[in-house]
Amino acid sequence: MSILVLAEHNNIDIKSSTLNTISAASQIEQEIDVLVTGFQCEELAKKIAKCEKVSKVIFVDNEKLKNPIAENIEPIVLSVAEKYSHIMAPATTFGKNIFPRIAVKLDLAQISDVIKIISNDTFMRPIYAGNAIATVKSNDKTKIITIRPTSFDPVETSGGSDVVESLEFETQNNSVEFIDREESQSERPELSTARVVISGGRGLQSAENFKLLNEIADKLNAAVGASRAAVDAGYVSNDYQVGQTGKVVVPDLYIAVGISGAIQHLAGMKESKVIVAINKDEEAPIFNVADYGLNADLFEALPQLSSELDKLNTIQQ
Amino acid sequence: MKLLVTVKRVIDYNVQIRVKADGSGVEKDNVKMSMNPPDENAVEEALRIKESGKADEIIVLSIGGDKTQETIRTALAMGADRGIHIKTDNELEPLAISKIISKIAEEEKPSIILMGKQAIDDDSNQTGQMTSALLNWPQATFASKIEIEDKSATVTREIDEGLERIKVNIPFVASCDLRLNEPRYASLPNIMKAKKKPIDIKDANSLGIDIGSRIEQLKVEEPPVRQKGIMVNDVSELVQKLKHEAKVI
Repeated sequence: MSILVLAEHNNIDIKSSTLNTISAASQIEQEIDVLVTGFQCEELAKKIAKCEKVSKVIFVDNEKLKNPIAENIEPIVLSVAEKYSHIMAPATTFGKNIFPRIAVKLDLAQISDVIKIISNDTFMRPIYAGNAIATVKSNDKTKIITIRPTSFDPVETSGGSDVVESLEFETQNNSVEFIDREESQSERPELSTARVVISGGRGLQSAENFKLLNEIADKLNAAVGASRAAVDAGYVSNDYQVGQTGKVVVPDLYIAVGISGAIQHLAGMKESKVIVAINKDEEAPIFNVADYGLNADLFEALPQLSSELDKLNTIQQ
Repeated sequence: MKLLVTVKRVIDYNVQIRVKADGSGVEKDNVKMSMNPPDENAVEEALRIKESGKADEIIVLSIGGDKTQETIRTALAMGADRGIHIKTDNELEPLAISKIISKIAEEEKPSIILMGKQAIDDDSNQTGQMTSALLNWPQATFASKIEIEDKSATVTREIDEGLERIKVNIPFVASCDLRLNEPRYASLPNIMKAKKKPIDIKDANSLGIDIGSRIEQLKVEEPPVRQKGIMVNDVSELVQKLKHEAKVI
């Protein structure tokens, strides 16, 4: 049997989450087909077929697939599902939105947010915001799985089979209509894959003060994140949120600024390699997970950090 | 218009959970239980839709053991009209839960089903999408804004890239995000009133649905513990440590 991976993309570029999912699939089986559903994205389909471990791309091109509406993608996956032992997608809002529909239509359970593959039917996944790890075994004939992208290294974008197979599919659904998307534009690295992340919490006190973080982010080539409190307060938009109901990040360096460290926030960042916490409350729980804690007022510490980084850069030049 | 809201009883979000020593699960005895947080947003949204005059009845549905009724009462105290308790002592999986919700929806014929986007215990994020697919109603997941029109609704969804707006026909299933609204607290008079509101109790096994489990939980364990690091005295020490000790900048 082989594995089907549903690709997440924006019709031009493949999302790194897809490369992580292919990598996870390759731990189970070497025959991996990738389903690409989109509009006017033949070039993208070809690019994905070149990725390491990919046996074949199944490509469906249709105007109704320009935006990833779950009701439109679901029947396409179902039409090819029976050939596969495992059907996988990244546990991003894209995969989370579509996959339970596929599972239920096949009368199968879904295993969400897998962080480790033990065997072809046994997997590890975090529960209770990562405060417990469950090892679960699926007794279904086909396994429907979403993968936590940050738990698997991405495959290379070369070395694949280069085989693209077109599939015609007429979409019937008229009950949902896409209106628009408001995507945050940023020159900085993407939050979920950045090597360095600097996040702000309620301690930042305003949207304006996030500029202090942006300035440091630019010096470290870092992404900017936020706690739920900062997003709820309107300092930054929802796509910045790190935590149980936001994004999970595993950077080499995570700098938490003015974040107290609620368990829901820790769920999204505590696997980071090195954690720095800057907080004026010495009792803040974030210090319990920090490798380096600095008990200081962030409005004094951030400008100092900025100038210290400048000094470093000058020395290096 | 009728609204169906689903709520789950979970360990309170403020409780530091403890894994049982034998690896069989998480300690739930003598632990504070509450309504799953995004389910509170679902209840609140239903109340606001009703208060705007667009709905006339709110039914709250929950599935679980006897104490599940406390969670239903909480929703009734917030303002829901009546409850349905599907009784089971087993921990049902999202697949089984969505079958039960669909069955109740077929009987009650609500125009909108409002659910939390994920339960904070098993973090599956599946039940809303499954219910939508079973009923063949459109889904509006991770909703942070719901605007009801005549025969449809415009829903703003929180996605990894930012926000997305979709238009869904009624009836539909919405899974609610924490930023959809600010749930109200039940007032004391409303808590008293809620005690008299009806709750219809049915046994899960009497519904004629396959609710057996498909997934075996082999083991539950603590995540690796992170060692507490050191406190630095100032920013320049921090930068030196990051540069020369951790080597990450």
